[in-house]
Amino acid sequence: MTPTRLAVDIGGTFTDFALEVGDQRYSRKVLTTPTAPEQGVLAGVGLIMQDAGLAPSDLGLIIHGTTLATNAIIERKGAKTALLATRGFRDAIEMAYEHRFEQYDIFMDKPPPLVPRNLRLEVPERIDANGGVVEPLDEAALAGLVPILRAEGVTSVALGYLHSYANPAHEIRSRDILTTLAPDLAITMSSEVCPEMREYERWSTACANAYVQPVMDRYLKLLEEALRARGFRCPIYLITSAGGLTTVEIARRFPIRLVESGPAGGAILAAHIANERRHDHIVSFDMGGTTAKICLIDHGEPHFERSFEVARQYRFLKGSGIPIRIPVIEMVEIGAGGGSIASVDAMQRVQVGPASAGSEPGPACYGRGGANGTVTDANLLLGRLQADRFAGGKMRLDTNASAAALQASVGRALSLDAPTAALGVIEVVEENMANAARVHAVERGRELANRVMIAFGGAAPIHAARLAEKLDIATVIVPAGAGVGSAFGFLLAPIAYEVVRTRHVRLDDGFDPAPLNVLRGEMRKEAEDVVRLGAPTAELVEGWSASMRYRGQGHDLTVTIPASDFTAGSVAELERLFLADYEQQFGRRIPDLDVEILGWSLRLATVSPPILPCPPMPSGTAAEPAAHVDVVAPQTGKTESIALHNRRDLVPGAIVAGPALIVEDETTTMVTHRYTARIDALGSIVMTRT
Amino acid sequence: MDVHAPHADPMTVIHQQIMWDRLISVVEEQAQTLIRIGFSTSTREAGDVSAGVFNTAGHMLAQAVTGTPGHVNSMARAVVHFLDKFPATTMRPGDIFITNDPWKGTGHLHDFTVVTPVFRADRLVALFASTCHVIDIGGRGMGPDARQVFEEGVFIPIMRFASAAGTNETLLEIIKGNVREPVQVVGDLYSLAGCNDVGGRQLLKMMDEFGIETLDRLGDHILERSRVATLEAIRALPKGTFRNSMRVDGYDRPLDLVATMTISDDGIDVDFAGTSPPSSFGINVPFCYTEAYASFGVKCIIAPKIPNNEGSLALLRMRAPTDCILNAQPPLPVATRHIVGQMLPDLVIGCLGQALHGNVPAEGTSCLWNLFAFGGSSQIDADSTEMMRARVFNVMSFHSGGTGARPGKDGLSATAFPSGVRNVPVEVTEAMSPLLVKRKEYRTDSGGPGQFRGGLGQVMEVVSLDDTAFAISANYDRVDFPARGRDGGADGKAGKISLGSGRLLKSKGQQTIPRGETVLIEMPGGGGLGDPFTRDAAAVAADVHLGMVSREAAETAYGVVLRSDYSVDKPETAARRGSRP
Repeated sequence: MTPTRLAVDIGGTFTDFALEVGDQRYSRKVLTTPTAPEQGVLAGVGLIMQDAGLAPSDLGLIIHGTTLATNAIIERKGAKTALLATRGFRDAIEMAYEHRFEQYDIFMDKPPPLVPRNLRLEVPERIDANGGVVEPLDEAALAGLVPILRAEGVTSVALGYLHSYANPAHEIRSRDILTTLAPDLAITMSSEVCPEMREYERWSTACANAYVQPVMDRYLKLLEEALRARGFRCPIYLITSAGGLTTVEIARRFPIRLVESGPAGGAILAAHIANERRHDHIVSFDMGGTTAKICLIDHGEPHFERSFEVARQYRFLKGSGIPIRIPVIEMVEIGAGGGSIASVDAMQRVQVGPASAGSEPGPACYGRGGANGTVTDANLLLGRLQADRFAGGKMRLDTNASAAALQASVGRALSLDAPTAALGVIEVVEENMANAARVHAVERGRELANRVMIAFGGAAPIHAARLAEKLDIATVIVPAGAGVGSAFGFLLAPIAYEVVRTRHVRLDDGFDPAPLNVLRGEMRKEAEDVVRLGAPTAELVEGWSASMRYRGQGHDLTVTIPASDFTAGSVAELERLFLADYEQQFGRRIPDLDVEILGWSLRLATVSPPILPCPPMPSGTAAEPAAHVDVVAPQTGKTESIALHNRRDLVPGAIVAGPALIVEDETTTMVTHRYTARIDALGSIVMTRT
Repeated sequence: MDVHAPHADPMTVIHQQIMWDRLISVVEEQAQTLIRIGFSTSTREAGDVSAGVFNTAGHMLAQAVTGTPGHVNSMARAVVHFLDKFPATTMRPGDIFITNDPWKGTGHLHDFTVVTPVFRADRLVALFASTCHVIDIGGRGMGPDARQVFEEGVFIPIMRFASAAGTNETLLEIIKGNVREPVQVVGDLYSLAGCNDVGGRQLLKMMDEFGIETLDRLGDHILERSRVATLEAIRALPKGTFRNSMRVDGYDRPLDLVATMTISDDGIDVDFAGTSPPSSFGINVPFCYTEAYASFGVKCIIAPKIPNNEGSLALLRMRAPTDCILNAQPPLPVATRHIVGQMLPDLVIGCLGQALHGNVPAEGTSCLWNLFAFGGSSQIDADSTEMMRARVFNVMSFHSGGTGARPGKDGLSATAFPSGVRNVPVEVTEAMSPLLVKRKEYRTDSGGPGQFRGGLGQVMEVVSLDDTAFAISANYDRVDFPARGRDGGADGKAGKISLGSGRLLKSKGQQTIPRGETVLIEMPGGGGLGDPFTRDAAAVAADVHLGMVSREAAETAYGVVLRSDYSVDKPETAARRGSRP
């Protein structure tokens, strides 16, 4: 029998809990306690254990995800960090790409680096692109930096040397020297946290890891001790940005791998739901108070990529954050949430977000002083949210406040009445999300049409059907318990670790399998050492991929390759796999061009238990509405009376024809007139285009 | 839903906006596709592309946010030339058109523009255009040394790249026979055609979804709204005529760039009369490129948030006499037209500075300071035994000096403006070549002092690990004439290019770096804004602590005296600041 498992997801506003005891599931939400996050965790753990009537010793596993690392970077509350860089190159992390991410705004600023220039110290040493030593490491000069680190009160150090991905010897030697001279310093080697070419991204990743390491170390220690003191003896795992579980020890070494773990949990949940229903191509849509996340999932697995940006400070624009190169589930995040604020620009166009009213003061309808019209206000004014049914009726919304705010933010400038302004806001935010999804799909060379959408997160179900219409998607699934989707996703994650290496190989001349097999052996061992900490005996699965491209082309494709060792014949196989992927994505091959491989990656994971298929859709009849409510239809702007259902009253098989609303405590699902909803055997709402 | 309902219906307004947003998204998809499948370094690493959708009259309706201004605003005017040669009525499904005409495209032979008409039920509804810079176009390569455009490479007049019958194989054969990297160049042409296809498909989907047969009404809406918003921005400016001139290095003699800007109620006119005559070398600027960068500069100041399209661009009217370098006529050489072209935003911003009584940035480095290096036989001046040994390589990496200080803010250090390109990592440059970059760091004291400081330039020192000479192609400016400060701010430090052993190199043209020598590239800083003696002393102290400004410069240029712990010595500072003559 699977052990009893508890998932804990610390978010910006709420900490979510999901507990699985055999077939039974429990969930809880408590407020996050930002200054001492472990307290919120302990409070919630106490409550949910009480709900299930369990004692600490009954628990087999705790899985934990947290935005702590991300917040430390966003709020600049990390450790005092130094960067030790190859002499002559300490400014690389500040020069970044030497470009402006916003072309026309002469006032734009680049994100300040995590390590200021006076703490970026130079080390005489040099390694060339082939890993050869051009200038040996000046060990005396390195040792001479320690008093400076002391005088400045530095507690964490990132080592960033040029070409250390090709030869890490100088970084390793430097770490050893520093460890001897200053054993209390936390040290991050760029060659270890991100062994890939491109100095800015690698060092930026190393600095970010160093920056959050002492914070995470302290927190994890406190949490572990507190749980142990309360009698919890079970192992604790952390969830990574790539959606795998890892041990506390690895989390302490590479805390940067923990950023974005919440969205990763959502993607895992979506993949699971897709697998239960045997859907090959899905798009997951997760929308909360501030942002929306859209993720494409194929053949039951999210895609992985090796970089993303944290703390985008300028309208969520690409380039305005700090680049982090770690394995991460591929998704796009935009500033569109329930709290997104509406306004009007110089061309009289409605703009929504990325500024958000957050939870304080929140949308105008919360009655906490919010004066700006938001997406939630627009939904309320159009009748799509019910003033007296929000959050299970625990919080009464103020429709008049919404009307006044929308009139002020949008209506006045455009001479529209408040309901029409609200329609504009909803249309625009839905179009923004649709456009983000389209551009994301194009950037990754994937199709959106014919996918099944899986919607979760507080604000997603109300917009999902309309977004699906815009993206030409015929089926939308809103799973049960969507409110704590990420935490439930954690329960489904395997123990996993990803290892990447830069090693350039051309397929045209002298492909030599032997050194590549050695490299893959090393990668396998590195991953296995980590995974075995948490899964000493479990069966493991290797997922290998290579970054491949036509020689000279800009972006590489991540091509899945076999796990078996290479032979001389592998060239043809690798080329065939690349060409097939290329053709699928771009519609044609390019004749006469060589193919090259830039990097290699391995994801080693425990084998997930087989997923039982969702039983077929039960037969049923049209559900009886709990009420009828007035809702403004987005296409016509006319008010119509539509059915309102309570989700808890809907039994499997029940049919709800659109337009209709399905209300539950944490969210509301809008069934538009083009969709009909049914409740499937596992309690999900399945909307199908009619 | 009837989107053709009279404007009285409030929903029409909303739906027009949704379609407009969608159109901008469609061209962004087009641009992203190009970056994804493109080949040349500038396309894939630097995002040096443009993509846009045009109505059947050749007016640009929307353009991708991704892109660099020189391409973007010149491509905006290119489609009209295609329609002149191939009138809309003669275009057929399957047609794709192409050119690299510097005067009808984007200013030099290296840029190809591809135009694809889009048909809905056999009716032409729109044209998609895209531009990118290919890695090679034959001739003398990407440098200023040619004396005529004929030496600069193969010239493809506006013609069909493909028709329903297939690709123009003759054209491809000619191109392949004339360029050094035929596979990559032809690959990029296919990429341009491919990204236009993506745009066309998405546009047709949108027209289906919204049930519209033509873009006429939507186009009118977009152009009119943009025109009105731009006009409003212009009308908020003080009226009058403002003249600015700026001296820049030129190839072999200095050039004066002169602009006379007239701001009136119906637009902004800029006349470049008085500007120096053309050069004998390839730094000449075709007018399309002049127009592109000058209008970019104006737009940055007066209406940065209004989307680029014919409606907003048409109110910015440029004029240049044909005997000046900013309206260079064929067959003058134009390969490195960007050196002078990128100076134009500073020139027109100088005019606007007079109109707005300051409130504009100081001058910056403006032209890119790229490392363009190559090696191998027939590329370098060296004896024959050495040439035999030399490894063949070709490196183009984009780098930048400092930008001018901004109202209320310091300039950006080592950051491109007005160009929108990204740099190439040192590790990538080194992996592609025998070059070793010995250092790449901020150039202390290069930012022009001011109440707001100019951005710092950077220093790059480069050597070859091979035991041979190599060559660089210098395309640099602001060496003889630095970026000027404004409103009492001091000039940025001038750029410099020299051998490690000390000998100065020319700022323009191909030059050999002898065996064992390093080349030292010291990039300019941006100008300062406002009197440096009024700069917040704490900001000066922070600059010194960070090593951006030296202690000496803090005292002499800013009148700020610091103690050993970087705190401000207030009495000394007050004395020094008070005693300035």
